[in-house]
Amino acid sequence: MNKNKHVLSITVENYAGTLSKVAGLFTRRGYNIDTLNVAETMDSNISRITVTVTGDEEILEQITKQLNKLINVIRIEDLTRKRSILRELMFLRISCSKESRSEVLQISNVFKGKTVDIAPRSVTVEITGDEDKNNAFIELMIPYGILEIVRTGLTAIERG
Amino acid sequence: MKMLVADAIVECLRLEGISTVFGYPGGAVLPLYESLRNSSIKHVLVRQEQSAAHMASGYGRVNNTVGVCLATSGPGATNLITGIATAYMDSIPIVAITGQVNSGKIGTDMFQEADVVGSSEAFTKHNYLVRDGRNIPRIIKEAFHIANTGRKGPVLIDIPKDIQNEYIDFEYPDTVDIRGYKPTIEGHVKQITRIYEKINKAKKPIICVGGGINSSGCKEDLVEFVEKTKIPVVCTLMGVDSYPNDNPYFAGLLGSHGYPFVNRAMNKADLIIVMGARFADRSTAVISDKINDQHVIHIDIDPAEIGKNVKTHTPVVGDAGAVLRQLNLLEYDNDIENWTDSIREARGEYMDENINRSFQESGTNPCKFIRAISDKIGDKAIVTSDVGQNQIWTAHYILAGNDRRYFTSGGLGTMGYSLPAAIGARFSADSVVTVTAIMGEGGFQMLMGELALIREHNLDIKVVIITNERLGMVRELQLNAYGKDSYHGVDVGFNPDFMKLADAYGIEGYLVEEDSQIEDVIEKAYSSNEPCLIQCRVNPDFPTLAHWRWQ
Repeated sequence: MNKNKHVLSITVENYAGTLSKVAGLFTRRGYNIDTLNVAETMDSNISRITVTVTGDEEILEQITKQLNKLINVIRIEDLTRKRSILRELMFLRISCSKESRSEVLQISNVFKGKTVDIAPRSVTVEITGDEDKNNAFIELMIPYGILEIVRTGLTAIERG
Repeated sequence: MKMLVADAIVECLRLEGISTVFGYPGGAVLPLYESLRNSSIKHVLVRQEQSAAHMASGYGRVNNTVGVCLATSGPGATNLITGIATAYMDSIPIVAITGQVNSGKIGTDMFQEADVVGSSEAFTKHNYLVRDGRNIPRIIKEAFHIANTGRKGPVLIDIPKDIQNEYIDFEYPDTVDIRGYKPTIEGHVKQITRIYEKINKAKKPIICVGGGINSSGCKEDLVEFVEKTKIPVVCTLMGVDSYPNDNPYFAGLLGSHGYPFVNRAMNKADLIIVMGARFADRSTAVISDKINDQHVIHIDIDPAEIGKNVKTHTPVVGDAGAVLRQLNLLEYDNDIENWTDSIREARGEYMDENINRSFQESGTNPCKFIRAISDKIGDKAIVTSDVGQNQIWTAHYILAGNDRRYFTSGGLGTMGYSLPAAIGARFSADSVVTVTAIMGEGGFQMLMGELALIREHNLDIKVVIITNERLGMVRELQLNAYGKDSYHGVDVGFNPDFMKLADAYGIEGYLVEEDSQIEDVIEKAYSSNEPCLIQCRVNPDFPTLAHWRWQ
């Protein structure tokens, strides 16, 4: 992974408007969000926002400090700096004929992909992995013709 | 006890010690205004909502409390936003309460509907859209707490009209508990020791103070610290009244509109202690960041400010007052007399040179005029200034500090701030405190309608308008950028007759056209407890920084 890429895990109080405040802060301060996902934690009053951003140390420090100033933000962790597990789920719909279908599914199996749909001219597979693995799979599928990609963006957890 | 939410809002304000609110009514705040009518809280009707926020700012700044402003939904709330943004940039605590359309109708583009929480997000420390009336006591308690602790700032509460009409069980909480909000107050002990060592070693140290000193209420601690360390003090625009301007250790304003001798000193210093200041672009513009062996200590309650604009060697997160009290427990041993003396002499020379000389063209010398006001306002005074040349002249020639306060829009640079801020301040200042609002004709005419409040409430405010038929500072920027005669859009083609205007608003008007009239007019203006309007004519070519005119 690009060394300027960071996965921030932001725990926030689960109030209406919190996501907009967090996302808005990135826009206002001129930082790009590469991916973002959000869901409740085991405590329904607290949500976790996982954001990947690209920036050097200085930018990351400012992002973290500015996020910390938001009243509803409880904690920010840079999971790229820690021993952590990063995963992203993606669906790929790949164009293939009857003849090439088994080839595509074979490759998908090597990547521990799940076949979720088969149509006369395409297959849809579900792949979970870190960015490198997912990008590698996409590379391999390009020659067959990718009809659609849907990615969740990275989510992450620190090792116990 | 069952209580109407609108009554609960007013009761919460009363419990927070609010006796005056500034606002403008409308359809979405009808229940709230009905509750206000039946309460002991005074409502001041402004003439434009932006002023309500500036008045709340002036009102709160006097005693380090929180000012409150109200507006209705839609245009009322959007007008408020410039005032809120002004407070945000200067870390001034205000609580803004806006009405919103009925909660079930939000998002349907109703009459006077605007997404105020969304649009004020970038300009508030925090904001709330109330979705359940039962949360009102907690939200208002939190709003005042958030506004007036840590790095202070505005908080907005948007309350739909139907919620104002709900009934709730009212109980005002004693404490707040916000998981993600715990400002650091004390400085880290290790960093305090480091500052101590650096001060003892430094040969050419400087202290740079900003608005954080007033915000933390630690002016006396600063005076004590300077007495102990003998280090000269420079200030940002927000810090003009942080340290007594007549104290021998005071050097003056730094930055793009600061004194040249101050900026020279900043570039020579081997130790800079920044305290309660953002150290923003206007302050650091003329300071080289490539000075060898210069050590920067930055003390601020907001960790995000430290290292944001200037490389910091010793960061200290904490309240300026708390850190100063920690530092004042130590005894310092430094030898910097020559350095301090050289800055003091430079200041003396500059003042003699610029106050007492007349400009070659016609018109008043604004430096002399403002110093004459400074000599007359008394020990307890509030001076507000607007934005532009008047702001810099006031910052340079009013001797602020101690109980002489200087309020201005330092960060956002909002024209029109001066008059409403002075009005707000007048409502909370003791009657012995003089209030003077200084502005140019540009800023004055932005929120001129507020002049009516002076007679309506019989407020003793000296309104000072420095006129040069130009938007002077913009003109100067244009001339500097594009050369001689290259200015555009800055001629104020028509000015009203300010004396007739004063008359129309029921206050005395005075005109100063040349230096010889200054003393007489100022004497008359300040000898009574009546408000007045003073127009001071200045030549358009008189520059922002007085020393430029001899070049």
